[in-house]
Amino acid sequence: MANQSGKVHGLLARFESPGALLEAAKKINAAGYKKFDSHSPFPIHGMDEAMRLKRSPIGWIAGLLALCGGAGLLALQWWSSSVEYPLVISGKPFFSFQAYVPVTFAGAVLCAAFAATFGMLMINQLPRLHHPVFFSDNFNATDDGFFISIEAGDPDFDKDKTAAFLKSIGCVEVEVLQG
Amino acid sequence: MGSKTEIFQPPGEEAPLIAGNPDFHAVTDKISRISERKVGRLWYIGISISGSLAVLLFVSIAYLVWEGIGVWGVNNPVGWGWAIINFVFWVGIGHAGTLISAILFLLRQRWRTSINRFAEAMTLMAVTCALIFPGIHVGRIWIAYFMFPLPNQMEIWPNFRSPLLWDVFAVGTYFTASLLFWYVGLIPDLATLRDRAKQKFKKIILGALSLGWRGGNRQWKHYELAYLILAGISTPLVLSVHSVVSTDFAVSILPGWHTTIFPPYFVAGAIFSGFAMVMTLSIFVRKAFNLEDYITISHLEKINKVMLLTGMMVGYGYSVEFFIAWYSGNIYEVFTFVNRAVGPYAWGYWTMICCNVLVPQLFWFKKLRTSIPVMLVASILINVGMWFERFVIVVSSLANDFLPSSWAYYKPTFWDISTFVGSFGLFFTLMLLFVRFVPVIAISEVKGVLPQADPHHHGDAGEGGSNG
Repeated sequence: MANQSGKVHGLLARFESPGALLEAAKKINAAGYKKFDSHSPFPIHGMDEAMRLKRSPIGWIAGLLALCGGAGLLALQWWSSSVEYPLVISGKPFFSFQAYVPVTFAGAVLCAAFAATFGMLMINQLPRLHHPVFFSDNFNATDDGFFISIEAGDPDFDKDKTAAFLKSIGCVEVEVLQG
Repeated sequence: MGSKTEIFQPPGEEAPLIAGNPDFHAVTDKISRISERKVGRLWYIGISISGSLAVLLFVSIAYLVWEGIGVWGVNNPVGWGWAIINFVFWVGIGHAGTLISAILFLLRQRWRTSINRFAEAMTLMAVTCALIFPGIHVGRIWIAYFMFPLPNQMEIWPNFRSPLLWDVFAVGTYFTASLLFWYVGLIPDLATLRDRAKQKFKKIILGALSLGWRGGNRQWKHYELAYLILAGISTPLVLSVHSVVSTDFAVSILPGWHTTIFPPYFVAGAIFSGFAMVMTLSIFVRKAFNLEDYITISHLEKINKVMLLTGMMVGYGYSVEFFIAWYSGNIYEVFTFVNRAVGPYAWGYWTMICCNVLVPQLFWFKKLRTSIPVMLVASILINVGMWFERFVIVVSSLANDFLPSSWAYYKPTFWDISTFVGSFGLFFTLMLLFVRFVPVIAISEVKGVLPQADPHHHGDAGEGGSNG
């Protein structure tokens, strides 16, 4: 425990294994907690259902931006070779759409790649410099630790009662995130 | 049940993906330590050699820019020489990395987790080397921006009907998408290194690069979908980028280039050469960092099988080209192919056939495709052969085209060779920096394919169908 003084940000409970974490997430969800998260070194199969998370909207974001990117580059090709700088090249029409396919496709892929990457970061509110879980000295969810964090902002949160609840569902240790 | 599962393996299941059944912490420790510990003398020797060669590349480029394209062996009629050969060679090598990271991911080939990180790194470094060549071969590189659709004072625009411009977009997109894919894959592993870092300086750098990742499932959810999408959009790139590169040739009217087989034939060749490079690199990486448990013989055998398959596709391409040349009844086309086999560049053609068609046939034999010395030699020979394939395609068609009066024999100069050798220097310098500072194996993905990562793994506290 790094810091014994300061504001309470939440509780961090460690579990033994991916299976135990999955069961715990189901029970915490059933108990009505909303602002909790499970931390693990790798994504655990079935955790989204256990935490009752909605499907990620990244697919829609990437799809929409891919359409915009493709349409944008197609429009650029049409405008630059038919309106702004019309030149007859190998007898093709100004708007020779077959020849415009590769660049249009590249534009769509490029925009989808940026949308998927930066959309994911934005939804995850990353990059960020600090988070309450980093107040803990034992937080090793990037190595082999499996944790549940419950935020103090949750309406059902009560430092002692929630800690007792976490112990009752089989966590190995509970830590108060303070700082 | 514990002993039973060890004897009984479900059909189609092979040896465990990671040998020795390490626990999660052992995986973290083993892979992170590679980039945390002090490097040995071999690394310094390696980087001083490759770094010197990279300097040679930049000297060659500087001389080229100063003096002009005349320093190369290109002239009439061979106006495209080693620069374009090297470009196609390097782009092709990159394709295996994308195939491993994207297509094998979509196909749920879980063995890819051991090799995808450095295969993706190989893609990035190879495409970096590739991008140099079209950049410098324009001669006046200060007007290279003409390739991009930028408003300019002359009010001209690029010709979007030209395959050369498609190339700019295809390869540029390929590089960018590969970089993003690689970086997204790296975020959880950089967070692992961040949490292990002791020095303040390292903590700050890794803290910034890992973007504050904390492994929460609310993050993993979006992360996994983003990764899936990146894999999904990289998949067509494996096929499209080299197809577009092949149209540089196929859209022209030159005999030997003007063929419809070029796109699939180029793609197969790209994957073939890329897997050979992955093989060469993985043999060294697993040996140098004692990663035999992670990159097992079974992994290497699978790579060899891919090389056998794509090698035969390439061989099929060589024979169909000959058949179509004869079947077309076009005398120029027939001449070009006969000339490749018996003409002035026959030595290049037969090097190509030996390395690309004959060498991979060794992999029919299990004993040979599981032997490290055999695969090391074979993978290097295949890359030699694939370079010669591009040499034969580019040079033989240009040197002996329609009019015998315009024929000439093309020879490279010192600066052609130094630029090519230098590009290897740059490639290996970047790869050595990568293995030094970045986890060479995707730590979080390897943990995910361990048997105990499954929440229903036997002996687990959470096991049981009652709650499921």
